[in-house]
This record gives sequence, structure tokens and C-alpha cells, in this order.
Amino acid sequence: MRREIPLIITAVVGIAFVIQYFIPHSPFDRFEQLFSDWFFIIAACAIWLGALNLLKLSIIKVQRQKKDWQYSVIVIVSWLTMAIAGFAGGRGFQTPGTAFDWLYVNIYTPLSATMFAILAFFVASASYRAFRARNVQATLLLVAGFLVMMGRVLFDDIFFAPLGWDFQPLSEISSFIMNYPNLAGQRAIMIGIALGTVSTALRIMLGIERSYLGGGD
Amino acid sequence: MGFWDKMLAIDRRWIFLFVGLSLLIPMSLGIETKLSISPETAGLFDVYENLPPGSKVLMSFDYDPPSAPELQPMADAAVKYAFMHDLKLIIMGLWPQGPLQAEISIQRALDSPELKDKEVEYGVDYVNLGFQAGNEFVIQRMGSDFREAFAMDIRGNRYEDIPILKNVKNFSNIDFAFNFSAGYPGTVEWVQVAVDRYDVVLGAGNTAVQAPLAYPYLGAGQLVGLLGGMRGGAEFEVATGFSAKATVFMLSQTFAHAIVILFIIVGNVAYAITGRGKSKLEADR
Repeated sequence: MRREIPLIITAVVGIAFVIQYFIPHSPFDRFEQLFSDWFFIIAACAIWLGALNLLKLSIIKVQRQKKDWQYSVIVIVSWLTMAIAGFAGGRGFQTPGTAFDWLYVNIYTPLSATMFAILAFFVASASYRAFRARNVQATLLLVAGFLVMMGRVLFDDIFFAPLGWDFQPLSEISSFIMNYPNLAGQRAIMIGIALGTVSTALRIMLGIERSYLGGGD
Repeated sequence: MGFWDKMLAIDRRWIFLFVGLSLLIPMSLGIETKLSISPETAGLFDVYENLPPGSKVLMSFDYDPPSAPELQPMADAAVKYAFMHDLKLIIMGLWPQGPLQAEISIQRALDSPELKDKEVEYGVDYVNLGFQAGNEFVIQRMGSDFREAFAMDIRGNRYEDIPILKNVKNFSNIDFAFNFSAGYPGTVEWVQVAVDRYDVVLGAGNTAVQAPLAYPYLGAGQLVGLLGGMRGGAEFEVATGFSAKATVFMLSQTFAHAIVILFIIVGNVAYAITGRGKSKLEADR
């Protein structure tokens, strides 16, 4: 029964969602509401589960003095600080002026923004070493990349606008690349993904695909 | 070791230095440049501009601080424009950090000199419904009833007690939706559920990395406009008349792009001259 019950739940919920999409009327719309509510509850619990799991793993790492356990101390302290600040603020803990908001604006935001900003430097370094015009396809990709990069910033406005040109060559070329070759490629990828998603969903609903249950079956 | 060999083996810290300087120098100069507006931005602004006062605008903040340099400027401009033109804002987030980013935009707008004499009241002119877990299911649930997805706002007020939400049951009561997105869940999900199923009029602001994925929806008319990356933010700032960070930082981004392109060209020249490219091509054949 450990396998059958999840398979039945998956099949019933999956089929109900498909039916309500095409027949959004009573009683099928009520299925949607019921399952959506359950989804919210499970999603909210999953967030808690993830947070508690992070705390548990960090505590174990510190207890057993595993490699780089010092970082886990920071995780635990940060976790507890944010949680305490959140609970202390009550229902309106996210509103401006609360301790949670102060921590978010003055610590969390600059730290996460800094981490992401460092990426720009690594991307520049990696581009220098990896973007090579090795063959025709790579050269085309490289040239297209250059044109989009130049078209998306102020090259036209700096170099061509002072000449009195109304025409903005780099922006036009960039726009063409985005609106035609890129759009065509994206559509092809999206259609492929959609077909793959439909077939995978059918396999899951019919119980053919069971890998999500775990256990290597 | 020749010059080009040295260039190929250049210490990455030199690259970091040049990129850093290309960002810092233009930023410190504070030069204002004239910026043209692309059709993608113009399309969105046209719809936004033509909303009559009192229109209900749903804004979904689906991003976190790492994407704020690109998305916050457009959000700031959109919120400020809405307050200036008496649009009613209903704010929410499919990302936990989104509603907090919205609070930053609201605070900046309320602190701006243009809104000094304007009465903007929470609950009447805007509301922040906060975050709801559930990704696209939240959008789907909002299609039938907003209250089922958001029983309370970010301040703990009950949905039915908030004046701005008095006649808002679902998407049919929304005049325009604006999504600021840095990934999943974001613009794609808003198009697939809110636009496709409930005919919501949607405009989107995306990070530069994500914007190419939204072009098929723009081409199909499912998005009325698209703000892509910092350029999109800067264009929207210019369109709304509230030039701020994105407009100023565009020059830095221009120089940074120029440096990266220059390095890639130098790298390729070195690769070709040292013969590594040739031997690789022969090996490929």
C-alpha cells in the first residue's frame, strides 16, 4: 500500500486538474479549489521542512566538527536571528520599521547582492577564456552575442546619436536578433518542452513513471 | 613565452581590475546620457499611461535582492508613476522576498519630493498582500478568488477589511497586471495561467538573462510590453519621467560590456595567432 496510495493520489489529482482546465464548471471547479488549497498547505509545510532540515544538518555538522563547521555556526546564528526577529514582529513582521525588515534591508539585501555582483567579474574572466571562434557556428554565436551586448547598452546613443542619425544600427540589429532568430529558437524549445511535459505528466498519472516515489523502482 | 601566449595566460585579477574600473569610473563621473526607448518598453508604457485614474493594477514582485539592480529601478518607477496618477496598487509576491522588495519601492516613492503633497494611504491607494507559497497554483487560485490565495495582507489585516479590495474578487476586477520577474515562478507562469486562462492584460519586467525567454509571448501579443534588464529599467524611467539609478548606471554597463567584448576579441586573436585555434580546428576535422 505504500506505493499504491501515492499512485492513486497522483492519478486522481492529475486527472482532476486536467478535467477542470477544460470544464471549469461545477463540480470540477471545486476539485481545483480543494486541491489548490491542499497544494498551498503542502508548499508552506515544505518551506518549513526545508528550513528545519537546514538547521538540523548545520547543528549536526557543528556537533561532529566536520570540515568547515565554522560556517555552519554562522548559518545557525543567522537562522535563529531571522526567525526570532520574525516571530517577535507578529503578523506584521515584514512591514517597514520592524527588526525583521531592518535585518532584511541592511544585512540580507547587501550580502546577497554582493554575492551576485561578484558573478559579473567571474563571467568576464570565463568569457575571456571560453568564448572562442572555433568553428562557423561558434563564430556566429559570438558575433550575435557581441551585437546584442552592444545593442542593449548605449553604443548607439554615444556614437551615432551625436551625428544626428535617427537610425540606431546596433539597437535595430539587436532587436532583429531578439525578435526573429531568438524568438524562433525559443518557440521551438518551448514546444519541445511542452510535448515532453505532457508525455511525462501522462506517464506519471498513469503510474508508468514512478521514479518520483524513490526507491529506484 | 611570446606576448600573445602571455595574453592567453593572463592572470584573471587583471580582468577583474579592468571590469571594476569600467564600472566605477563612469559611475563616479555621473554623466547623463540620452537614451532612446525601444518598442518593447514603449508598448508597455502606452498601456500603463492610458490607464484611467482609479484603475486597479496588480503588481507581482517575483524576485530577490540579487536581481534588484536590474528590476528594482523599473519597480520603483512603476510604483511612483502609479501613485502620481492615482492608480490603485495591489501588490503580491510569488517569491518570499518579493513583497519586501515592493516595500522598498513604496518607501522610495513615498519619500520622493514629487509625492510630498500627495495623500497616499495604505489600504485605500495600495495594499501589499505579501507572499504566498504555491507558485503558479497561487495565480490559478486567484483566477477564481483572490481571498482564497491571500486571506490577509502583509500587515495582518483581513482581506475583507481592506477598502481597496472591496470589489476585487478575481482577475476580472484587475485592469492591468505588472510582473517583475527573475525566474521561476515568474512571467512565464503569469502568461500561461493569468493571460491564457483569464485574459489578464500583462506587462513584464525581466532580468536581462530571462528576457529572451519572454520574447515568444511578446511576439504573440500575450505580453503588452517587456522591460529587459537594466536597459529596460532605464528606458522605463525615461518614459515615466523618473530618471534614477538605472539611467545613471547605464553608462557603467556600457563600459563594462565594451571591456568584456574587448577581452573576448583579444582572447580570440591570441588563440588564433598562437596557433592553438588552428591545431584545434585540425583536430576537430
